[in-house]
Amino acid sequence: MNEFLDILTNPAFWVAVLRIATPLILGTLGVLMCERAGVLNLGIEGIMVAGAFTGWLAVYVGAGLWGGVLVAAATGAVLGLLHAFLTVVLALSQHVSGLGITLLATALSYFGYRVSFPKVSTPPTITPFQEMDWLGIPILAEQTALTLLALVSVPVVAYVLYRTPMGLAVRMVGENPKAAEGQGVSVVGVRTGAVVLGSAFMGMAGSFLTLSAFNAFFFNMVNGRGWICVALVVFASWRPGKALLGALLFAFFDALQLRLQQSGAAVLPYQMYLMLPYVLSILALVLVARKASYPQALMKPYRKGER
Amino acid sequence: MRLEKRQHSSASALVLAPIGAVVFTLMVSALLVRWAGAPVGQTYALLLQGAYGSVFALSETLTRAIPLMLTGLAATVAFKARLFNIGAEGQLYVGALAAVAVGGMHDGTGLALPPALLFFLMLLCAALAGALLLLGPALMKARLGVDEVVTTLLLNFIVLLLVSLMLDGPMKDPTAMGWPQSVALMGELELAKLIPQTRVHTGLLFAVALAVALWALMKYTVLGFDIRALGANPRAAAFCGVPVTRTVVLVALISGALAGLAGAIEVAGRTSYLTLDMSPGYGYSGIVIAMLAALHPLAVVVASVFVAGMLVGADSMSRAVGVPTFIADVIVAASLISVLVATLLTQYRVRWR
Repeated sequence: MNEFLDILTNPAFWVAVLRIATPLILGTLGVLMCERAGVLNLGIEGIMVAGAFTGWLAVYVGAGLWGGVLVAAATGAVLGLLHAFLTVVLALSQHVSGLGITLLATALSYFGYRVSFPKVSTPPTITPFQEMDWLGIPILAEQTALTLLALVSVPVVAYVLYRTPMGLAVRMVGENPKAAEGQGVSVVGVRTGAVVLGSAFMGMAGSFLTLSAFNAFFFNMVNGRGWICVALVVFASWRPGKALLGALLFAFFDALQLRLQQSGAAVLPYQMYLMLPYVLSILALVLVARKASYPQALMKPYRKGER
Repeated sequence: MRLEKRQHSSASALVLAPIGAVVFTLMVSALLVRWAGAPVGQTYALLLQGAYGSVFALSETLTRAIPLMLTGLAATVAFKARLFNIGAEGQLYVGALAAVAVGGMHDGTGLALPPALLFFLMLLCAALAGALLLLGPALMKARLGVDEVVTTLLLNFIVLLLVSLMLDGPMKDPTAMGWPQSVALMGELELAKLIPQTRVHTGLLFAVALAVALWALMKYTVLGFDIRALGANPRAAAFCGVPVTRTVVLVALISGALAGLAGAIEVAGRTSYLTLDMSPGYGYSGIVIAMLAALHPLAVVVASVFVAGMLVGADSMSRAVGVPTFIADVIVAASLISVLVATLLTQYRVRWR
């Protein structure tokens, strides 16, 4: 029991929680925007890889760190545009198109990395974002500016979604596209916009990995974080505030399993601890499933004039 | 721009659409080859030669196509019923685990069964393991409305960690010098080679037979009709008395079993033991293959030979002209997207306003 207390009272533990949560917050917000407009985006896993790669590459060839974040967001937006074209304009299966985007974005990133760096034994590095020592708030001061950006994004997204005409339009096309069309809202336009913006967030989530958490690009570095975000959105009942909570909760268990592995209390094989976050995600899905309020038109393609 | 449903789509368009889409993909991918600084013509020639150009190349491609065929069939039957099983990767690995558990762990001394019976038992356990792994998500979907995409995806990660745990513990090969690999299968359980001096094994016949069986099941049985009805329109199917939950559960069992068999056949036919990198994403590629085949079981055989050819050909091409092997993954993923669009255009025509 003391082991637990030692871990929980250590500020370094909470620093780790917030750091692990950052890409999840950004990614979950991205998925949330797409799904609120009625579009499932399983491209997130690949978009995060592409964002991680292009953001890092931009900085490596001389752009500033924020330039890298912008490039990552733009990469996400372009892939989001492709996903929107396939699923919104052509009304193809959202599942299959999303998986296609993931496979394509991952393969293109790995290909680009190998072409740019054919023979490297150790991955080339950049100077990543530094801690915000000037901030003066404990724990937060030990994070980078991207974490701050992620935290600030939550209320902004919530405000736009619930308090602006734009947010209302997004929620309308996600709940009842026909009624929205009747009100003069362009379903194709709003859905495309939401998917592009959401995908830009996914790209930024990826860039956190290479520009803040690490200083290089590795294969398999996203490692399922994108899928976790898709699960977190369900857990959060498609609400930005709850999404933040879910990401923090997930990061809490992820950080905890890391510490437990390292501490003397590790009585189980380390793989059991690594399984914990995934098992918890599935459990969370089962627990909230009954009262989950899916956007009514999620995964339902909309073709004008077709029933 | 607006899409208008065609009254009827021509049969030749249905066949030509995927071929045209793949040719289009290869043309676009040529830009990447140029970026890598290699001559396009030579690169593609080497790619095709490395995939299908000799008996050896063809045997390697067919070897690679066997697990892809099985995971492709697993995705086909599931997607046909709108059960989005993205967990074939995990099901493949539990199948392989089950195969090693039955056919390798006790050196044949624990179970003094005749090899033929043990072989059958090994495949049965592998199929059962894969089926049970998918049963959970399918029931959660049917009973609780939990989206199966996320649960099956997350299970892939859990299973891979489970495999890692078993390779460290109970299934560890003590003679592997610390290399994470399982004990080997009993020699009698390994599949025979189809062509001497190559790696292609009788699992190929098994996979093709299963493709034919699945095709017959879909076309001629009541279950097949229920699956197609459920996939075409779930509400109408339920209204017409198709037992929805029962069909979803049966589809999950069939799909999971096929993916589980892919793992067992891979162990019995190629590796003879289980490692953590046994499958370079066969489960995910299976979905691509199913879509390339337009969810037709017999076309899965062709599509898996195409995808396997790209992967195998890229290996030897890369050694010769230095274009990274990831070009194969790009071609496969881009083919998926362009085939989807091409197939859509056979059913709809574009109207510009």
